[in-house]
Amino acid sequence: MRPRLVLLLLPLLAVAACKRQDMYTQDRSQTWDRNAFFANGTSMRHPVAGTVARVAPNPPAAAPATIDAALLARGQERFGIFCTPCHGRAGNGEGMIVQRGFTHPPSFVEGKLRQAKTQVFYDAITNGYGAMYSFADRLSPADRWAVIAYIRALQLSQNADVASLPAEDRAQLEASARQEAAK
Amino acid sequence: MLRLYLLAGAGGLLAVGLLLFGLSHSNYVGNVGIAPAQPVPFSHKHHSGELGIDCRNCHQQVEALATAGLPPTHTCMTCHSEIWAGSPMLAPVRDSLANNEPLHWTRVNRLPDYAYFNHSIHVTKGVGCSSCHGAMNEEQLTYAAQSFKMEFCLSCHRAPENFVRPQNEIWNMQWKPPADQATVGAALVKDYHIAGPERLSDCSICHR
Ligand code: HEC
Ligand code: HEC
Ligand code: HEC
Ligand code: HEC
Ligand code: HEC
Ligand code: HEC
Repeated sequence: MRPRLVLLLLPLLAVAACKRQDMYTQDRSQTWDRNAFFANGTSMRHPVAGTVARVAPNPPAAAPATIDAALLARGQERFGIFCTPCHGRAGNGEGMIVQRGFTHPPSFVEGKLRQAKTQVFYDAITNGYGAMYSFADRLSPADRWAVIAYIRALQLSQNADVASLPAEDRAQLEASARQEAAK
Repeated sequence: MLRLYLLAGAGGLLAVGLLLFGLSHSNYVGNVGIAPAQPVPFSHKHHSGELGIDCRNCHQQVEALATAGLPPTHTCMTCHSEIWAGSPMLAPVRDSLANNEPLHWTRVNRLPDYAYFNHSIHVTKGVGCSSCHGAMNEEQLTYAAQSFKMEFCLSCHRAPENFVRPQNEIWNMQWKPPADQATVGAALVKDYHIAGPERLSDCSICHR
C-alpha cells in the first residue's frame, strides 16, 4: 500500500512545472530600465560628446504674433504647474515653497518686473536666474511664450482700473461690491 | 483502494490549481500596496497632497508620450538646492547632481513586455490618474494601487462610459463617478470620440 501514498505527491509535480513564460521579460531595454551594460547603470543614454543634432530637439520659437484666449489658457495652466510653487497664483512671490523657506522671488505685479521687457522673462525661464533653476527642460519655447503672455495678463489684471472693464464685468463687480457693503 | 488514491490525487491537483490561481490573482503576488525600497524616501503625500505640486511638475510628459516619465535629479534640485539642503535623507539627490549619475528609482508599476500601454491617450480622453494609480496624493511611500491584470484593462475598455470624466477632473485624485455618470459618461464617450467596445477589446491594441 505504502508506495501508493506517493500518488498524493503527484500534485507537487504540477507546481514544479509552473515557470513564468519568458516573454514576460524580453531581451530589450525599456525607457526606465536599469541596465548593467552601460557605465551609469540605465538604459537611457546621453548623446555622445560632440554629437551634432540633425534636428534640434527644441528649436527656438519666435514670440507669437497674436495673443488669443487659447494661448492664455495654455499659459495659465503651465504657470500653475511650474511657477506657482514659488511665485504664487497671483504672481506676487508668495508661493508655498517660499513659505517653506525658499528665497523670496520678486513680485511680477509691482515694482521693477512690471516694467521689464518680455526678454527678461524669457531669459529667466530658459537659463534660470540666481536661486531659480532653468525650466528649459520642462517648458518648450512655445510654452515659455504662453507663460509670459499669462504673466502679462496677471500684471494687467492686478493694476487695472474699473473704468477699463467691459460693461458686463463692471456690472458684476459693482453688484458684488454692493452686496459686500450691505453685509 | 487504488481508485481512492487516484481520487485523492485528482482532488489535490485541483486544490493546488485553485491555490495557484488564487495566488496569481491575489494582491500579494502583484505587490499591490507594498512600497519597495527607494534611494530617497520620496513622498507624494507631502509634495502633491500637502504642498499642492501638480503631477506634471515632475511627470510633464504624461499628456504627450506613452511614458509618464520619472523626474531627473535637476527637477528635485529646483527646490532642494535650498529646501532641506543639508538633510542626510536628500544626500543621494545631491550626490546624483554633483556626479552626473542618475537616481535609480525602483519601478512600482510594471506591465509584462508583451503588453503595450500609452499614457497620453488615456489622459487626453478622460481617464484620470486615480482610475489606475489610486489616490497618489495620499501615498506616503509609492506603491502600486493594483496589479494591472488584463481583466482590469478590459473592464474599462468594454464599458468606458462607466469611468471617463470631464477634462478638468483628470488631476482630481479623489474623483468618484457622480450619481448621473450613466448619462454624463455616455455623452463624454461621444465628445472624446472613444471607439466602441469591439475595437477597444481587439487583442492587437495591447499586444502589438
Ligand atoms: C523654486 C522656486 C521658483 C520657481 C518654481 C520659479 N521661480 Fe522664478 N524666481 C525664483 C526666485 C527665488 C527668484 C529670484 C532669484 C534671485 O534673485 O536670486 C526668481 C526670479 C524670477 C524672475 C526675475 C528675473 C529677473 O531678471 O529679475 C522671473 C522673470 C521669474 N523668476 C520667472 C519665473 C517663471 C516664469 C517661472 C515658471 C516657469 C518661475 N520663475 C519659477 C524662484 C522660482
Ligand atoms: C516633486 C515631484 C513629483 C510630483 C509632483 C509627483 N510625482 Fe509621481 N513620482 C515622482 C518620483 C521621484 C517617483 C519615483 C519614486 C517613487 O516611486 O516614489 C514617482 C513615481 C510615481 C508613480 C509610480 C511610478 C512607477 O514606478 O511605476 C506614479 C504612478 C506617480 N508617480 C504618479 C504621480 C501622480 C498621479 C502625481 C500627482 C498627484 C505625481 N506623481 C506627482 C515625483 C513626483
Ligand atoms: C516644487 C518644490 C519641490 C520639488 C520639485 C521637490 N521637492 Fe521635496 N520637498 C519640498 C519641500 C518644500 C519640502 C519640505 C516641506 C516641509 O518643510 O514640510 C520637501 C521635502 C522633501 C523630503 C523630506 C526631507 C526631510 O529631510 O524631511 C524629501 C526626501 C524630498 N522632499 C525629496 C524630493 C525628491 C526626491 C524630489 C525630486 C523627485 C523632490 N523632493 C522635489 C519641495 C520640493
Ligand atoms: C489607464 C491606466 C493608467 C492611467 C489613467 C494612468 N496610468 Fe500611469 N501607468 C499605468 C501603467 C499600466 C503603468 C506601467 C507602464 C509600463 O510598465 O510600461 C504606468 C506607469 C506610470 C509611471 C511610471 C513611469 C512610466 O511611464 O512607466 C508614472 C510616473 C505614471 N504612470 C504616472 C501617471 C500619471 C501622473 C497619470 C495621470 C496623468 C497616470 N499615470 C495615469 C497606467 C495608467
Ligand atoms: C478607466 C478606463 C480605462 C482603463 C482602466 C484602461 N484604458 Fe486603455 N483606453 C481607455 C480609453 C477611453 C481609450 C481611448 C480609446 C479611443 O480613443 O477610442 C483607451 C485607449 C487605449 C489604447 C490605445 C488604443 C488605440 O486605438 O490605439 C491602448 C493601447 C490602451 N488603451 C491600453 C490599455 C491597457 C494596457 C490598460 C491596462 C493596463 C488600459 N488601457 C486600461 C480607457 C481605459
Ligand atoms: C486593453 C488591453 C488588452 C487587450 C485589448 C487584450 N489584452 Fe491580453 N493582456 C493585457 C495585459 C495588460 C496583460 C498582462 C497582465 C496579465 O497577465 O493579466 C495581458 C496578458 C495576456 C495574456 C497572458 C496571460 C497570462 O496570464 O499570462 C494572454 C494570453 C493575452 N493577454 C491574450 C489576449 C487576447 C487573445 C486578446 C484579444 C482577445 C487580448 N489579450 C486583448 C492587455 C490586453
